[in-house]
Amino acid sequence: MIPRIQRILFWAMLLSAVIMAVVLIRLRERAHDRLMTAADNMPASAPLNAPVEKIELLVANDADGSLIPVERSFPMPKDPNARARVLLQKLVEEYSAPKSTHPIPNASGVDEVFLMPLPQQKGEMAVVDLDSAFVEAHPSGIEPETLTLLSMIATLHANLPQITEVRFLVNGQQKDTLAGHADLTRTYETAVRQ
Amino acid sequence: MAQQSAVPSVPLPPRAQVRPQYIVVLDAAHGGTDSGARLSDNLFEKDVALALALRLRAALDAQGIQVVTTRDSDAAVPLQARAEAANHALAEACITLHATGTGTGVHLFTSSLAPAPRVQFLPWRTAQAAFVTQSLRLSSEINAALAHVAVPVILGRTSLQPMDSFACPAVAVEVANAKNVPLTDAAYQKKIVDALTSALTQWKNDWRPQP
Repeated sequence: MIPRIQRILFWAMLLSAVIMAVVLIRLRERAHDRLMTAADNMPASAPLNAPVEKIELLVANDADGSLIPVERSFPMPKDPNARARVLLQKLVEEYSAPKSTHPIPNASGVDEVFLMPLPQQKGEMAVVDLDSAFVEAHPSGIEPETLTLLSMIATLHANLPQITEVRFLVNGQQKDTLAGHADLTRTYETAVRQ
Repeated sequence: MAQQSAVPSVPLPPRAQVRPQYIVVLDAAHGGTDSGARLSDNLFEKDVALALALRLRAALDAQGIQVVTTRDSDAAVPLQARAEAANHALAEACITLHATGTGTGVHLFTSSLAPAPRVQFLPWRTAQAAFVTQSLRLSSEINAALAHVAVPVILGRTSLQPMDSFACPAVAVEVANAKNVPLTDAAYQKKIVDALTSALTQWKNDWRPQP
């Protein structure tokens, strides 16, 4: 015979577990809605009435494996997530231009960039969601893939120095490599060793 | 006690100096359904990597260097199996061979992992961190050998599997076209294989186990 107090305790714990599960599911839905709303509100291109700013792009050069600093002036949005996305989009447009030093035929580039504060550390992590068409069109090789990632990381850090870590997704999913070589499963630090 | 005194005392022979065997691992990247980069209409990275690995193995064999390969045919070998083969061999040098249609010359890549002390149990995905310093020395040795035969080199750091799981001094050698010479050119490939053989033969003398 199970004592009455133990039965009461069991039902109380079961009830708390159910309540906690419902609360967690609801919180997850709210976070998802918030992210989706933020994504919908992000401008696809910089607003025309935004002030023109100088930005620095670190452009890859396949000939010598270097990153070349290039200054451009462009109307930049205020929101840091949107700024990060515009920066990477401008970088990818350099690569799809004729006579590019690091040619990538598809300029679809980046779907979203999310900046997240890092717990117990200063700085932010940028989660870069690459477009699958861009990834499929990317040249395969250790050098071209590594240079693409390094140029994106360096461009983000040069213009948004609060970014200290970068992760890459493809169409919202984790992928092993960019085009068969460079590892996309790890977190990259912006103080990149070359 | 009586038995002990009956045994004549024999001076111990000097301990034999056992020189550790010098083993090189050659990892021809990709294979099977994983073709790697498409270099032309009917040429894939996996074929060039395998051809280079087989030529380099023959050249190292001729120098009396023991070679372990991760694949000898057009077979799909999982990345983890490649790292297992390299790590079981307890090799003194691990070379992973790639080819690309981008850039020129030879690209030498070492792991971008931060150097870490060597401990008894290494994390699988970042085992290379304990060998990064030696890998940079090996890369420098290969760079010098390639410069000697006038092959242009680009040096870099990258995050590449299975190289990051190799528990040995490791370098990724990525061959691209030379100026006006395709990477399929036999003389060009021979220059690269000769330079790698020379560097790995030199490494046999220069290599020291990491403390």
